[in-house]
Amino acid sequence: MSIFEYNGSALVAMVGKNCFAIASDRRLGVQLQTIATDFQRIYNIHPKLFIGLSGLASDAQTLYQRLVFRHKLYELREERNMKPETFASLVSAIQYEKRFGPYFCQPVIAGLGDDDKPFICTMDAIGAKELAKDFVVAGTASESLYGACEAMFKPDMEAEELFETISQALLSSVDRDCLSGWGGHVYVVTPTEVTEKILKGRMD
Amino acid sequence: MGDSQYSFSLTTFSPSGKLVQIEHALTAVGSGQTSLGIKASNGVVIATEKKLPSILVDEASVQKIQILTPNIGVVYSGMGPDSRVLVRKSRKQAEQYHRLYKEPIPVTQLVRETAAVMQEFTQSGGVRPFGVSLLVAGYDDKGPQLYQVDPSGSYFSWKASAMGKNVSNAKTFLEKRYTDDMELDDAVHTAILTLKEGFEGQISGKNIEIGIISADKKFRVLTPSEIEDYLQEVE
Repeated sequence: MSIFEYNGSALVAMVGKNCFAIASDRRLGVQLQTIATDFQRIYNIHPKLFIGLSGLASDAQTLYQRLVFRHKLYELREERNMKPETFASLVSAIQYEKRFGPYFCQPVIAGLGDDDKPFICTMDAIGAKELAKDFVVAGTASESLYGACEAMFKPDMEAEELFETISQALLSSVDRDCLSGWGGHVYVVTPTEVTEKILKGRMD
Repeated sequence: MGDSQYSFSLTTFSPSGKLVQIEHALTAVGSGQTSLGIKASNGVVIATEKKLPSILVDEASVQKIQILTPNIGVVYSGMGPDSRVLVRKSRKQAEQYHRLYKEPIPVTQLVRETAAVMQEFTQSGGVRPFGVSLLVAGYDDKGPQLYQVDPSGSYFSWKASAMGKNVSNAKTFLEKRYTDDMELDDAVHTAILTLKEGFEGQISGKNIEIGIISADKKFRVLTPSEIEDYLQEVE
């Protein structure tokens, strides 16, 4: 079994009209055994920047700690928050440093950049960035997620509709993947507020 | 004076609390050719005398004002070779920042890192401080900025500053002439007039150097003919 499938994960981020949404599943497993149903995969770097880390959970936690460290120092030195594009470049550089012994993580980065323009991107385990204008997916359920998002996504959705769309896409995809599921965790971010919702789906 | 017994070693404080080597470095700067910088409302200008040791020197090959990044330039007073080392290190640091963040380095960050290099050379064994003061001019998201960095590694943001031989006269002149809402062209004229104050001989486009950066965020050194145009406007 691949190391990326050891813990199981599902991550998706979508762009709406002046807003974005990022969602993950909540299962933490050790191969076939589920050991937690409230695992946090999406982290808040600053109020307008979120990162979700799929893949091996211990590498995800370590990478997150390193990124928070770097961002805190950046904030102290430059007296400003990092733009999402800059943060994505930083994550990519940190991953490529470990080119021949990588972090087994696939990050999904979502944020509001200059003029609150939504920005999403994902990258592979060694930092190859993939920018998208509509949605990005990662994790063991990624193939189902690609299909669900492609079918359900519309451009310029408002926050409410975006929440519905991303939730439906996530729940229907994790149902087709035995390693992810046990509910969902959705963040919808607009320039003025951040909404966090827990979804209840098939609890298996 | 007890100080002189401590002047040989950089890393030993004198009883009066000074690092005498740094004082000597500042003296080296003070006997260098005059250079100055002025921050306008829409840009920054830096300028320096370019007195060459002989008329046989090919003045087109000498460039005292250097570009660090497309939107940051620097001029020095003091020892030319020392400034080249700093320019080289600063350029590398700016590029490393860009490689990491894919963003141009903010002026303050570059100045801070350059100053950190200069400070390193005041606290290490077997090295001497840099014999230059730098004037860094840049334009980034925070607008036009002008910083002076000294051999000790301290740096200050200035609206207008001068360094080198004629520093006190030049600063007095700048204090009188400077206004907060000055535009870049006025600043260039003021810079030329300030240089003219202490200039020995006839000022021309070939014996001064001027670098400007405006809201287009592109630092460039003026050509001798452009300088001549400004000189004529000033006459």
